[in-house]
Amino acid sequence: MPDTPDIADRHDAVCVIGAGGSGLAAIKNLREQGFAVDCYERETSVGGAWNWRHDRSPVYASTHLISSRPLTEFPDFPMPDDWPDYPHHSKLLSYLERYAQHFGLGDSIWFGTEVVAVTPVGDGRWDVTTRSTGGGAERIQRYAAVVVANGHNWSPKPLPVDTSKYRGQVIHASAYKDPAQLRGRKVLVVGGGNTGCDIAVEAAQQASTVWHSTRRGYWYAPKYVFGRPADQVNDKMLQLRLPLWLRQWIYHRALRLTVGDITRYGLPEPDHRPYESHPVVNSQLVYYLGHGRITPVPDVTRLEGSTVELADGRRVEPDLVITATGYLPRFEFLAPELLDIDDDGKPDLHLHAFARKHPTLAVIGLVQPDAGLFPLAHWQSVAVARWLRLRATDPVRAAAVQQRESTRPLRSWTRLRVVPSSRHWFEVSHTSYLRTLEDLLKQLEPA
Amino acid sequence: MSSQVLRFADWTSPVPPVRREVLSALPETAEDNPPVLFVPGLGHGAWAFAEHWLGHTASRGFAAHSVSPRANGSLRAYVHDVVQVAAGLPRQAVLVGHGAGALVVAHALARYPARAAVLAAPVPEGWSALGAALRANPLGTLPALIGAAPRLSRKQLFSAELAEADAYRAKLERTPAAIYRQVLFATPPAAPVGDPPTLVVGSPDDRVVPRKALDRTAARFGGAPLLFPGMAHDLMLDTNWREPIDAILDWLTKELAG
Ligand SMILES: Cc1cc2nc3c(=O)[nH]c(=O)nc-3n(C[C@H](O)[C@H](O)[C@H](O)COP(=O)(O)OP(=O)(O)OC[C@H]3O[C@@H](n4cnc5c(N)ncnc54)[C@H](O)[C@@H]3O)c2cc1C
Ligand SMILES: NC(=O)c1ccc[n+]([C@@H]2O[C@H](COP(=O)([O-])OP(=O)(O)OC[C@H]3O[C@@H](n4cnc5c(N)ncnc54)[C@H](OP(=O)(O)O)[C@@H]3O)[C@@H](O)[C@H]2O)c1
Repeated sequence: MPDTPDIADRHDAVCVIGAGGSGLAAIKNLREQGFAVDCYERETSVGGAWNWRHDRSPVYASTHLISSRPLTEFPDFPMPDDWPDYPHHSKLLSYLERYAQHFGLGDSIWFGTEVVAVTPVGDGRWDVTTRSTGGGAERIQRYAAVVVANGHNWSPKPLPVDTSKYRGQVIHASAYKDPAQLRGRKVLVVGGGNTGCDIAVEAAQQASTVWHSTRRGYWYAPKYVFGRPADQVNDKMLQLRLPLWLRQWIYHRALRLTVGDITRYGLPEPDHRPYESHPVVNSQLVYYLGHGRITPVPDVTRLEGSTVELADGRRVEPDLVITATGYLPRFEFLAPELLDIDDDGKPDLHLHAFARKHPTLAVIGLVQPDAGLFPLAHWQSVAVARWLRLRATDPVRAAAVQQRESTRPLRSWTRLRVVPSSRHWFEVSHTSYLRTLEDLLKQLEPA
Repeated sequence: MSSQVLRFADWTSPVPPVRREVLSALPETAEDNPPVLFVPGLGHGAWAFAEHWLGHTASRGFAAHSVSPRANGSLRAYVHDVVQVAAGLPRQAVLVGHGAGALVVAHALARYPARAAVLAAPVPEGWSALGAALRANPLGTLPALIGAAPRLSRKQLFSAELAEADAYRAKLERTPAAIYRQVLFATPPAAPVGDPPTLVVGSPDDRVVPRKALDRTAARFGGAPLLFPGMAHDLMLDTNWREPIDAILDWLTKELAG
C-alpha cells in the first residue's frame, strides 16, 4: 500500500540503526533468519565506539578491554586465541572489521547516513527517514521492523556544576584522546567509573599533579586474581551457582586480601555491597594512590576563577578538569513513548531490548553487563530475529510467547539492588540475563 | 546437552592456544568463492588432504586449507582449533570433515555458522563405530577396549590397489584410546548454527563407517548420502580420490548459486 509515491517500500526488510558491534551482530543474525537488512551508519566505517577515528568514539589511546577476551568475543566468531587476555582497543576495531568482512555484512550497510526519524505507520511497519551526513535531501523508506543499535557511550553526561566563571580548561572524558593532553599539567579527574579511573592512572604517569574526585566509595577490582583474569574467576563462582551473599563475601575477602584497605589512601568506604554497582576494573589506580601520585578528593561543588571547590571545603587549582561522568543514551529519532522513555531519559523495555507496545521495534546493546557486551548483543539479536520470524510465520505461537514473556519477573533479568545513581538502571548480571535469553530462545525455536 | 548460551567452560578455563599446523593451496586467480577448510580424522594430519584434495580444490577456484589435530588434544581442543582457523579466514568458510574429523566438524557447526558443511565418511557416534571397527579389524581394535591405542589396519583405510597405502599408513599417528572414546561418546553436538547446507558422502565399501551409519547421519541433516562404491575409508587418498572431491565441489557450486 505505498500510497505516498516518495516513500520507498522495502517490504519485509528490517532496518538496523548503527554498525557498531551490536548493529553488526543484528545484521548478521537477521540475515541468518532470512531477512533482508538495510543498516544505516552515520560514520563512514564500522566499529562504533571502538573506531577511534570517529569523532564520537569514547576510546582514548591507552584503552584496553576490562572484560577478558573469552567473555567479550561473539560466541560464534572467537577472537584469535593468541591475543592477550585484555586486548588493546585497536584490536577490537580490527576484530569488528573482520567480523563484518567475514560475514559479508558490508553489502547491507549504508555509511555516512544518519537516521533522523522513525515513525510507526500502523500494521507494525515503520517509516525511516535518513539523511546523508554529507548533506542532501532526506529520504523515507518503509520497513517491516526496526532494530536500534545506536550505542549508549557517545553522548557525554554533563557535570551539573556551573563552569561559566571558571578560567581553567574543562573537558569531558570523550574529548580526552592522548596522554600528551596531560603532560606536565595539574589535572583533576572527576568520576570513579572505568573511564575516570583509567584517566586518573594515565594522569599519574604523565601529569605533574593529579586529583581524583569521586562522590562515593567503590570496589576497585584488580584485572587478575589468583593468577587468572578476574572475570574468569568470578564466572567460576557463577558456574558453581554460589548464592549472591556468598559471592559478595568471597569478593569482599578476596579484595581485602589482595588490594587491602583502600581507606588508608583517603578513599571513602564503598557505600554499597559488591555487585551493586557497575564493576570498576583497574589494577593500577590503587598502586598510584599508594605512591602518592593520585590524591583522592570528594565531589566537586564549585568552579570559579582558578579554583575548584570540593565537598569537604578543600580548594584545588588544576589547569585541566576532565569530567569522566559517563554517557547518556539518546534516541532522538524516536518519539519517547515508543520506547516508554521516562522523564529521566530511561527507556522501559522488556529484557532491555523489546519495545513493550511495539512488537516490531527492538534495541540491541542497551545493557550494562558485568562482562563483555558482545555475547549479550549476539543472543539479543538472535532472539529479535527469531521473534520477528516467528511473528511472520506463526502469529498464534508468537502471541503465546508474548503472553508468557509478559509474566516474566523483572528480577530474573535485571539487577534490582543497585546504587541509586542515574547510570545503573540497565545493569545486568550476564549469567542471569543470558539464562533468561536462553529460555526465550527455546520458546522461539522454529517448530 | 550443555548450554550453547552459557559457556562456562570457555569463560572460566579457555582452551590454551597452540601453534596450529595449517596447510593451504590457493587458487591462481582470486574468485568470489568461500574458502574450504578440511578437517582430518584421528591419526591423520593435514597432509592427508595436501596429497590431492587441497590442490584440486584450489584448481577449481576455492582457497583450500587443512588443519592438523593438535598433539595431546581433546575433542574440545579439536573443535576449538577448527573454529579458530575458520574464523581466521577472510570469508565464511565451508567445513569438510573426514572420518572422526566429521564428528569434530559436527561439533564445530554448533559454534560457527559455516557457509556449508560436508561430512565425508563420517564416523558415527557411539557403539556402532566400535562394532564396525571390531568386525573389520579385530586385532587392531581389541586393544582399545582395554585402553590402549587402537591400530587402524591397511585394509580398513585403503583399497587394495592403492600403491602408496603402506607409505600413508606409516604417516598415521596412533591416537590414545581415551581420545577415541571422548570423540565417539561425547554428548551429541547441538544443532548447527546458521543452518548451513550439509552434504554427507561416503562409500558402501568403507570398513570403518557402515552403510547404515551413513544413511543415519545423512538423514539427520535431511538428505541421503552421496555414495562412491568401491572406495575405502580414506576417500581423499584413494586411487579414485578425484571423484568424491569433484562431486563435493559440484554440490557446493550448486548450493552457492541457489
Ligand atoms: C572507554 C570504554 C571502554 C569499554 N570497554 C569495554 C570492554 O572492555 N568490554 C565491553 O564489552 N565493552 C566495553 N565498552 C562498552 C562498549 O560501548 C561496547 O563494547 C560496544 O562498543 C557497544 O557497541 P554498540 O554497537 O552497542 O554501540 P556503539 O559502538 O556506540 O555503536 C553505535 C553505532 O551507531 C551509530 N549511530 C548512532 N546513532 C545513529 C543514527 N541516528 N543514525 C545512524 N547511525 C547511528 C554510531 O555512529 C555507532 O557507529 C567500553 C566502552 C567505553 C566507552
Ligand atoms: N577500560 C575499559 O574497558 C573501559 C574504560 C572506560 C569505560 N568503560 C565502560 O564504558 C562505560 C562508561 O564508563 P564511564 O566510566 O565513562 O561512565 P560511568 O560508568 O557512567 O561512570 C561515571 C562516573 O562518574 C560519576 N558521576 C556521574 N555524574 C556525576 C556527577 N554529576 N558528579 C560527580 N560524579 C559523577 C559516577 O558516579 P556514581 O557512582 O554516583 O554514578 C561514576 O563514578 C561503562 O560500561 C564502562 O565499563 C570501559
